[in-house]
Order: sequence, then C-alpha cells, then structure tokens
Amino acid sequence: MTLTAPPTHPPIPWTRVCALDDILPGTGVCALIGGQQVAVFRLGGRVYATGNRDPYTGANVLSRGLTGSYTVSGETRVKVASPLLKHAFDLESGLSLDDPRLSVPVYATRTEGGDVWTGSLA
Amino acid sequence: MSTPIPHLVIVGNGMVGHRLTEQLRQHAAPDALRLTVISEESRLAYDRVHLSSHLDDPRPDLSLATDAGYRDSGVTVVQGRADAVDLTAKTVQVAGQTLAYDALVFATGSFPFVPPVPGRDARGCFVYRTLDDLDAIREAARGARSGAVIGGGLLGLEAAGALRKLGLETHVVEFAPHLMPAQLDAEGGAALRHTIEGMGIAVHLSRNTRQVSVDAQGRVTGLDFEGGTRLDADLVVFSAGIRPRDDLARAAGLSVGERGGILIDDACHTSDPHTYAVGECALHDGRVYGLVAPGYQMAKVAAVNVLRDLGVLDAPPAHFRGADLSTKLKLLGVEVGSFGDARGVTPGARSVSLSDNVRGTYSKVVVSEDGRVLGGLLVGDTARYADLLDLTMTGTPLCVPPETLIVPPLPGGAATTSADALLCSCENVRQSALCAAIGEGARDVASLKKCTGAGTGCGGCVPSLHGLLQTELRRLGETVTNHLCEHYPYSRQELFDVIRVRGHATWDEVLAAHGSGLGCEICKPAVGSILASLHGELVVAPQHAPLQDTNDAFLANIQKNGTYSVMPRVPGGEITAEGLIAIGAVAKRYGLYCKITGGQRIDLLGAHRDDLPAIWEELIAAGFESGHAYGKSLRTVKSCVGSTWCRYGVQDSTSLAVRLELRYRGLRSPHKLKSGVSGCTRECAEARSKDFGIIATEKGWNVYVGGNGGVTPKHALLLASDLSEDEVVTLLDRYLMFYVRTADRLQRTSTWLENLEGGLDYLCGVIIDDRLGLCAELDGEMARHVGTYRDEWAAAVNDPAIRARFRTFVNSDARDEGVQWVDERGQIRPADAPHLYPLPMLGGD
Repeated sequence: MTLTAPPTHPPIPWTRVCALDDILPGTGVCALIGGQQVAVFRLGGRVYATGNRDPYTGANVLSRGLTGSYTVSGETRVKVASPLLKHAFDLESGLSLDDPRLSVPVYATRTEGGDVWTGSLA
Repeated sequence: MSTPIPHLVIVGNGMVGHRLTEQLRQHAAPDALRLTVISEESRLAYDRVHLSSHLDDPRPDLSLATDAGYRDSGVTVVQGRADAVDLTAKTVQVAGQTLAYDALVFATGSFPFVPPVPGRDARGCFVYRTLDDLDAIREAARGARSGAVIGGGLLGLEAAGALRKLGLETHVVEFAPHLMPAQLDAEGGAALRHTIEGMGIAVHLSRNTRQVSVDAQGRVTGLDFEGGTRLDADLVVFSAGIRPRDDLARAAGLSVGERGGILIDDACHTSDPHTYAVGECALHDGRVYGLVAPGYQMAKVAAVNVLRDLGVLDAPPAHFRGADLSTKLKLLGVEVGSFGDARGVTPGARSVSLSDNVRGTYSKVVVSEDGRVLGGLLVGDTARYADLLDLTMTGTPLCVPPETLIVPPLPGGAATTSADALLCSCENVRQSALCAAIGEGARDVASLKKCTGAGTGCGGCVPSLHGLLQTELRRLGETVTNHLCEHYPYSRQELFDVIRVRGHATWDEVLAAHGSGLGCEICKPAVGSILASLHGELVVAPQHAPLQDTNDAFLANIQKNGTYSVMPRVPGGEITAEGLIAIGAVAKRYGLYCKITGGQRIDLLGAHRDDLPAIWEELIAAGFESGHAYGKSLRTVKSCVGSTWCRYGVQDSTSLAVRLELRYRGLRSPHKLKSGVSGCTRECAEARSKDFGIIATEKGWNVYVGGNGGVTPKHALLLASDLSEDEVVTLLDRYLMFYVRTADRLQRTSTWLENLEGGLDYLCGVIIDDRLGLCAELDGEMARHVGTYRDEWAAAVNDPAIRARFRTFVNSDARDEGVQWVDERGQIRPADAPHLYPLPMLGGD
C-alpha cells in the first residue's frame, strides 16, 4: 500500500439541523447533510460540529462520544472522545490528540431562534 | 419454683480462661449461670502474645479483662492460687475458702520449662512468661551489659527482642542446628538467622548449656557449653519451651498424659464427668497446643458443652477436632509463616524452595505427588501466606509449576514472564521503551501513548501502562497522584466519599463544588457510576445520560462498526424453551448474529441503534429484561446444575445463582462484576475465577472473593466457609458495597483486594467483625439498591424523550450506510472498513 491522499471532505450547505432542545447539554447528535454524516455537539453553552467518522476505526460514531475539556499550554479547549477506542479530537480544530497526523473535518455552527444550523465556511 | 442457679468455676484467668468467660456469657446470663474465676496472677487476663510490647514507650495496655467488666457481666473473681480440688465433693480450696461447684474448668495454662542445669536458680536468671517476669527482667537489665536467651524458638526470639529493646548486647543460644526448629527447616532457619544477626543479635547454634556460671555473690556471669566454650552474660532468660500446668489436676486424680497435660476428649471433657480443661494445660489426641488460637477453639467448644451438661443451653454438642498449626507472625520485625506440612514429611512429597541471601528471604512449598500443595514456609516476606494457606487447605490441584507460587512478581504488576515484557502487543512496545520514555519526562498515560504508541491500538494494555507509570515514578522518587483526571484532584474513593457525605445528586453539583473545566471521558462516567451506586436513579435519565459511555447511554454494547449487541438477562443461565424461541424469533426478525457467551447467556449482535427499543419491547414481552452486559455492573452469576440434577452435587447451586443474580442485578460498580456458583468441589461454574464465587460444601457454602480471568488471571481467595444461603447473601452485600465504595476507577476486585492494605484479613475485619462500624451502612445501601432496582430497558422504551435519542439521524429516517454486512457461516458479520488506521503514514514510494 502506498501513501494515499487524505480523504476529501466536500463542503456542506448551511442547513437547519434540529432544535437546540433536541440535544441534551454535554452530548451530541448526528445529522445527515447532503449525504455527509455530521456530528453536532452542545457543550459549555456553545455548539460544535465535526465529521461523524472516527478515522481510527472507520466507524460513524463520533456523535456518540463523550465530550469534555482539556488544558494545553494553559489554554482550555474542548474535545470529544470516540466511543470505540477513546481516541480524542479537538472540537474546534478537528485534530486528533493522540496523533496530529489524523483529523476529522470541522464545520461552522450557529443557533438562531432556538434552532441549530451548521454548514461549511464559505 | 426456684431451682438453684448452677455454679461454674474456672481455674485460671489467662487468655483462654478469659475467652471462656466471654463465650459462656454469650449463651448464659448471670441469672442462668453463676460464674467464678480463680486468678493467680495479681493482674486479670492480658494479651500474652504481645508480651514484649510491655517494654515499649508508651507502654500499651495489654489487659483483656477488668474488674469493672467482670462485675458488669456477673463474674466473681477470687484472687489466689487454687490449693486443692475434691472431685467427689465438687469443691475447690482457694485463698482459705471452699468453693462448691456444679462444673469445673481447668484453664491453668503452662509454665516455662527450665532445663536442669546447675546455676539455673542464680540471681540474674529469669523466665519469660508473665508481666511480672518482664518487670523483673527490666529491673535486672539496669545494671547489666549483656543478656543471653536459652532457646531459639518462637518464645526465645520474642525474649531476645525484649532484651534488645532494653539495650542489652543480646545472644540467642539454641541446642538445635538452626533457629525455630519446631517450625522451620535448615534453610529457613538460616534466612532468619541472617536477618536477626543483621540486627545485632548474636546467634549461637548447636550449643548445649552445661551450667550457668556464677560469681562469689551468686550472680550470673555467663554460660558454659559442652565442649568447653563459654559465653559471658549478665543475665540469662530461659525460654526453652513450655510444660502444661497439670499439678492441681494430677493431685485431684484426673488422668494426665505421660509427659504432662490433662487428658481431654473432643468435647474438652476430662476423665471426671463434671470437669473440663482448655488451653495449654490440656492434652488432646496426644498433643498440647502452645498457641492461642487452638485454645480459643477449645474455649468455644467447652462453653457449649458445659452449658449443655448444666441444662442451661439447648444446643447440639460441640467438638474440638484438633487444630491446624499454621502460623504467620512477626518476630523481631521478621515475618515468618509456616503452614501445613512445612517440613515435607509426607511420603512422596516434593519440595521447591527459593532463597535470597541478601534480602534474607526464604520460601518453600511442599507439593504432593498428585500436584497439590501440602504446606510450606515463608521467611522474610509472607505476602503470599494467605494464598498458599488457602491452596493448602483446599487441596486445589495446581495447574502451574509449583515454583511459580514462590517467585516474586515483576514490577508493573503485569502478568509477564520475561524481564523486558511486551506490554503493548498491538504496537509492539516493550517495558524498557516505556521506562525510557518515563525517564525522558513522560508523566501521564497520554504522553506515554504519544511517545511510544503503546495503548493506541486496542487499549487493553492501558491499565498496565498506569501501573508501570506509577511504579516507575515511585522508583524515580516522584510524587504519584491517583487523581481521577485533570478535572478532579481526587481519587475515585475520595470523590465517592465526598459525593456521599455532601449528598450531591447531579454532575453539575459535583463539578461546581469539586471539579474544574467541562469534565472528560474519564471523570464523567466515573461520577455517573458513583451517582448511580449512591442514588440508584436511571442512568439514562436526562440529568445522567450525558455522563454515560455509549454503552450505558444506549443500554447495549457498541461493536466495531458502531452497531450494538443486545444481551437479555438469563439468571443463573437457566432458560425455558419458550425463552429460547422468543430470543430466536427476535434475532431472526432483526437479522442479528447469535453467539452463546461464556457467561451462560445469548448475545445478539449487529443491532442498529434505532432498532434497539423495538427489540427490547419484544424481549420484555417474552419476560426478559436488561442483562447489563454493557454496564460496569453485575454481569452474570454462572452456575452448574448442582444437586438438583448432578450425581455429584451437594447443594442447589442454580437456585443460589438465580437468587444472587436477581439481588445484585443493576448494581453500578467501579468495574464489571462476574460471579459463579458451583454445586460441589469439582467447580464446574469456575467460581474461583470470578469477582465473587460460591462453592458448595457438605455443610453449606464457601465464599471466595477477588478472582479474575482475563489478562491477569487470579484465583479467588476463601473469605468464609460453610455458610448458609442467608449468611452468603449478608456477606456478599457488604463485600460488594465496600468494593463499590473504596475501589479505584476501573479496578477489578482482584487488584482492589491486592492493593487493600491488610488484604483479606482487613476485609474480614471490616465486613465480618465490623471493625470500622460500617456494616449497618453497607447493609442499608445494598437494601436501598435492591429496593429501587428497575429494568432500564423497560424504563427507556416507555419514555418517548429517551426513545427519541435512539434515532440514527436527528434530521432523517435514513440508516448509517457505513454499516455493511457480509455472510460468514450462515450469519452476518461486519464488512472490513477500508482505509483504517494505522495507515502507512510515512515512507512508501
């Protein structure tokens, strides 16, 4: 096997996903947007969105991971740990905390009138 | 209609005599039995086992009995030495009075044997038996420089410790060629000698003392040995064994042994029908026991029988059938353990031993021809005493070479056999690489993972990484914390206590009061589990669901492709034909892969998340409930068919297994709990590889705890024997609740028990003897658990808000297209996912 190009992540259109109340604080849900699985998390008063596929296992499970915070160089950041083998990813950068060569796509979010929206930045 | 209250007289108030008064009063109040104790020493009963601590500063109170205590329990004390007993008139002469008795017990103990050497009565010669003896030795030591103890046995070494405490140059003189000849062999004695000499005590072996030399004033100057050698000493302590004090009994006409000791039968009866004897003065089956434990057993037996004979107690007769002489003790700070056939005298026995001349340790096991442990010796390190004694008592056939029983474990706690163990087999990382990374600054498991790759595959070695890290850091002299994670500066046990004491009910309360940040995948499930253990609320309730790992959040076990497996509870592995058909029908309807598990139930794999509530509804309709296969909680209680069907079975193991599984189902704990119940000693349910296992005996049930299969197999240890079913339940209630309270996160009972300071003895102290006064609380907590249990599956399917969480997509009814199946042997299996980590990241062309 040879080195393959990183998987491409096609942009997704801005879409209303669900009501904010549909997501229990601290947890995630999965949305299907243009054939892409997007994990949407509600954490610490904000909403984050990443790809749902765990690159370590190939399974679409990240929305079912436990969320939390971690501290790096004095800065508090947010993360999700895959429910399969507990590999964690930064919710804002998408980078794997175990191996920075791996990452998941991240998407922009906004809440509007009690609804959660997500999409690719321009 | 007043019949006179019977009168019992006990001659002697040593440890066993005192224990007898306690045993008697347990069964008979003062209005049922008059009790008189004759005490020769000026002090009432005291702890003779720890005599030498009388010289410590501060001086501990060794007394076991007090005047006030005896007064309160209606025990009359007569001070003085009994002069004569008239068996026909049933009277004792003591201190000028005549006591009439209905029953008499001799508890006269023993006296130190002093060999008949000239000079043995000189000034400066002592024995080592009573507090008065110790006071006299202390007085004499003031003007003395050196002291010699004649006798290198257990008591002699105790006495040597006492002389050393008094600041004397101390010598031990032993006739035999090695120390502790009654317990140890030559090599064990040598290991002990090595350590004792290291403390500055001189040991003289194979020495026969010819005389005690004295000066013109009649004061001791030293010892002269056969062969012309000599040892200077200012005081001499004789500690060459004990002899039963049977003079009073002998004069009264009771039968005594040829070499002394009042003859008793299994009921502790002497040759006179109204007279008993217990403790070191008694001769049972040709043997005088010089240890306190057999004396206590005799006291228990005699108490029952004497009360029966007096018509005070209606109970079956009790029997003393001899005692096991296994002992573990600390002599001069050196641990010594001796059990079973320690010297290997059984015909055909094979001995395997290991000695370390630098550490001064010696271990030996004696194994029978058919591979069972018969006994052994441990000097310098008795950590394995309980395990080995257990193997000896149970006669368990060994499945490993006997030498592995005595080889010390390697650091890191991992069950490894090579010096540089392969800890992570996924990433091929050895211990040496991990130690190097720690040496270069890795301080937590995350950085170890990053530096070495270890633990990034299947993750099964992560607990070993934790263990190695702790060991290595301790070795490097660094502070090791057991904090849960960066969000909580507490161990799980500390957090459990703080949540229990403060009464916190939710994650938000706990985080606000004791944590920081937003939590993580480590502390959230830990707190979720603690809250569930304490309050018994549903783990899928909205305030708790966000804390749960996916398994607890969806009440099923996640599989590699993101689907779940479903496992209904099958208590004790007992299932009806209708039950089997119902499970089969569900599997067929939802296209599930079926497998029989090791825990005697049926696993249904490949369920989509959104099918789970419907699957459960069908199973619930057929009478099933959640099996908690996903939780850190009780899994199964495995059983054999027991006495109901099996021709070998001695108890109904299946019924007990069902009872236990239904009692402890749903109990959230630091890790999963497995159990087994075997209906006879053949152990078909493999109970000893479980967190708690129960094995039937002719008389009831033996309870074993702390067993494990898995990566680090461990045989469970015997906690208690011959219990009734109800006693088993009470004991297990406390054991489980104590484990839930005190274990670390993800710590199985085996490692918990290994790390519990004081080990099995401590556990027994807490949950049997109630030394911490915790039992009522533990009982109450388990009663609350049993009272509030409800089926989580039923709760989930009946709550529309919870049910909604099972949708695959929040905005679509589609299913996960990433889940693909292929056929294997007529069932589904997950198709291998493409492009999986580890990808060949570097190199290539």
